[in-house]
Amino acid sequence: MTDLSQNTSGTVPRKHGGSLLEQSPHTKKRNAAETRFKAYGIAAIAAGLLMLAVLVTTIVGKGTGAFQQTFVTLQVDLLEQKLDKKGNRDLADIKKVTTFGYAPIIKGAMTSVVEELGIETGLKAKQLAAILSKDAAAQLREYVIANPDQIGQTVEFRFLASSRVDGYLKGRVTRASIERDKNISPEQLDIVDALAVAGALEKTFNLDFILGADASDARPEAAGIGVAMLGSLSMMLVVLALALPIGVAASIYLEEFAPQNWLTYMIEVNISNLAAVPSIVFGILGLAVFINYMHLPTSAPLVGGLVLTLMTLPTIIISTRAALKAVPPSIRDAALGVGASKMQAVFHHVLPLAAPGILTGTIIGLAQALGETAPLLLIGMVGFIASNAPESLADGLLAPNSAMPAQIYEWAKRADPAFYERAWGGIIILLIFLVTMNTLAVILRRRFERRW
Amino acid sequence: MNDMTLMDKTVDTQNIKIAARDVNVHYGDSHAIKDVNVEIEDKTVTAFIGPSGCGKSTFLRCLNRMNDTIGICRVKGDILLDGEDIYDRRVDPVQLRAKVGMVFQKPNPFPKSIYDNVAYGPRIHGLARNKAELDEIVEKSLRRAAIWDEVKDRLDAPGTGLSGGQQQRLCIARAVATEPEVLLMDEPCSALDPIATAQVEELIDELRSRYSVVIVTHSMQQAARVSQKTAFFHLGNLVEFGPTGQIFTNPEDSRTESYITGRIG
Repeated sequence: MTDLSQNTSGTVPRKHGGSLLEQSPHTKKRNAAETRFKAYGIAAIAAGLLMLAVLVTTIVGKGTGAFQQTFVTLQVDLLEQKLDKKGNRDLADIKKVTTFGYAPIIKGAMTSVVEELGIETGLKAKQLAAILSKDAAAQLREYVIANPDQIGQTVEFRFLASSRVDGYLKGRVTRASIERDKNISPEQLDIVDALAVAGALEKTFNLDFILGADASDARPEAAGIGVAMLGSLSMMLVVLALALPIGVAASIYLEEFAPQNWLTYMIEVNISNLAAVPSIVFGILGLAVFINYMHLPTSAPLVGGLVLTLMTLPTIIISTRAALKAVPPSIRDAALGVGASKMQAVFHHVLPLAAPGILTGTIIGLAQALGETAPLLLIGMVGFIASNAPESLADGLLAPNSAMPAQIYEWAKRADPAFYERAWGGIIILLIFLVTMNTLAVILRRRFERRW
Repeated sequence: MNDMTLMDKTVDTQNIKIAARDVNVHYGDSHAIKDVNVEIEDKTVTAFIGPSGCGKSTFLRCLNRMNDTIGICRVKGDILLDGEDIYDRRVDPVQLRAKVGMVFQKPNPFPKSIYDNVAYGPRIHGLARNKAELDEIVEKSLRRAAIWDEVKDRLDAPGTGLSGGQQQRLCIARAVATEPEVLLMDEPCSALDPIATAQVEELIDELRSRYSVVIVTHSMQQAARVSQKTAFFHLGNLVEFGPTGQIFTNPEDSRTESYITGRIG
């Protein structure tokens, strides 16, 4: 009756009251809550982006130095009476001359360049030679052994400068900071300045950092990540060769064939649990089983790969099962409906459709394994210095080696700040690998997503 | 009425293709099909109608043992195909499904070419000895499914790129390519528009000359249009089974009458 009377008086009855043109208090409250929530979200993303920016700038700022190195170019007299006394160029005899035999030659080359440039100095030849890396004699020896015909001639040779000189050019070492440093003196820096002006000393791109092997504590300027990279690569080969087939076979069985009972349920639950187990647990398992029980070689990438396989398997199984689950059941029905066996249905239709997902999961699992350090600590892949690149695939798998993240950890641990710079440089290389792998995963997913 | 009696007579003279005796189906604890007895004739379209959840699809899936793929499903009773129990332990369901083809509710072509969709069944069953024979089977099947003229120029195009009605006819072509004896159709038109539905219905009527067709449908008009025999399911029971004309004009059971007149369902 009230409705009727309101209608007759010309006002439109509204359940929610008021005009649509103004917001009711309830609506205002709701909208304010939504606006607040959006602001929180934006703030969270902004904070994340800021931290990412800080991370990237720090890494790039500190790590790019590792890709450049200071070299000194000298004219070297390869004196026959020192390097090949018999004069018959017999390689065995040449190899008998140790790096100590090369030291005078390098000293001579250093003194002559200082004299040529007319620099007045009170430094002795030994102190002048200290501007170069402790690796210089070994570098020269290697060159001579590779080119014995050059003995007796004067050759132009590019020596690594010592890490202090390198740091001086990069601004890491200053005249103030070397006051208590026994490795370098201000007089030596004067020579360095003069050599730099004369063009004999320059900072160039350092390919040896990317391709070379690690070096001992006293020679940070000679250290490279290349051999550790090969170690990582060998481990990834082992992981790929084992984790992909085992993981895919296990997931296909669990997802498509296994009966639904408490046993399979327990297996499924435990696979999910394994994915969350700290990687160091896998490391100690590898130590106990592969090294102590099976007596596989310590520090070998094969063992590292086996440990990382154990760690990666749950990731691959979980992502493969998710990919198989995402294939619509209608495809399985269709195949079964025309009389395909279960295995035919899986291998002809389900697996091809799940392949992009499986590959994505595998690549992400590999990327995870590539960056893993903790399990490698326990099987002796940290702290080991492989001086040469492996000669063959078997050698690469069985000879002691390190891995990229382990190498970075090792460098970060050492006292010399020159190693610290290399640790950052190593992180850049590692990140390039990881970003490339993840990009590949994204491209694969985009490319083959939802074809049905 | 003359037509009807004529049709009844032809139905009576035909052989029983599938006979179900006291079939009971349980999904875990729920009793989905209760004591169903039905006889499906050769070269006939038999329609299963009934409200949602009445068990008509479940029963259909029993006829080619698609329910085997569901772990909790248990089937009791006998289902005889040409006198042989398809639930016998010696029967391989894969071999059975080659004889009893199936078309599903949603068109589900493989994400492959039209040709490969149709050729898949013959390939896995070894029905063609060479490419020429396979080509022949593909063409014949696509013609039988009344889609040949539309796709003959693009057999390499993906089957998923066709329209809904074409996809469903492609699925029918795929099902007939393995030369089945029985064709099961689970609401084949529910995802299609009226024009595509009409095309598929016309096709079903043609398929009757070669196969025994069993169709589950929600649409009573469709059942009336395409089938010669109709079975009405309600709450897991087969309420009434008889000639379509009789079910729709003069049902014996009051529940059937209520359903077809729209009072329940």
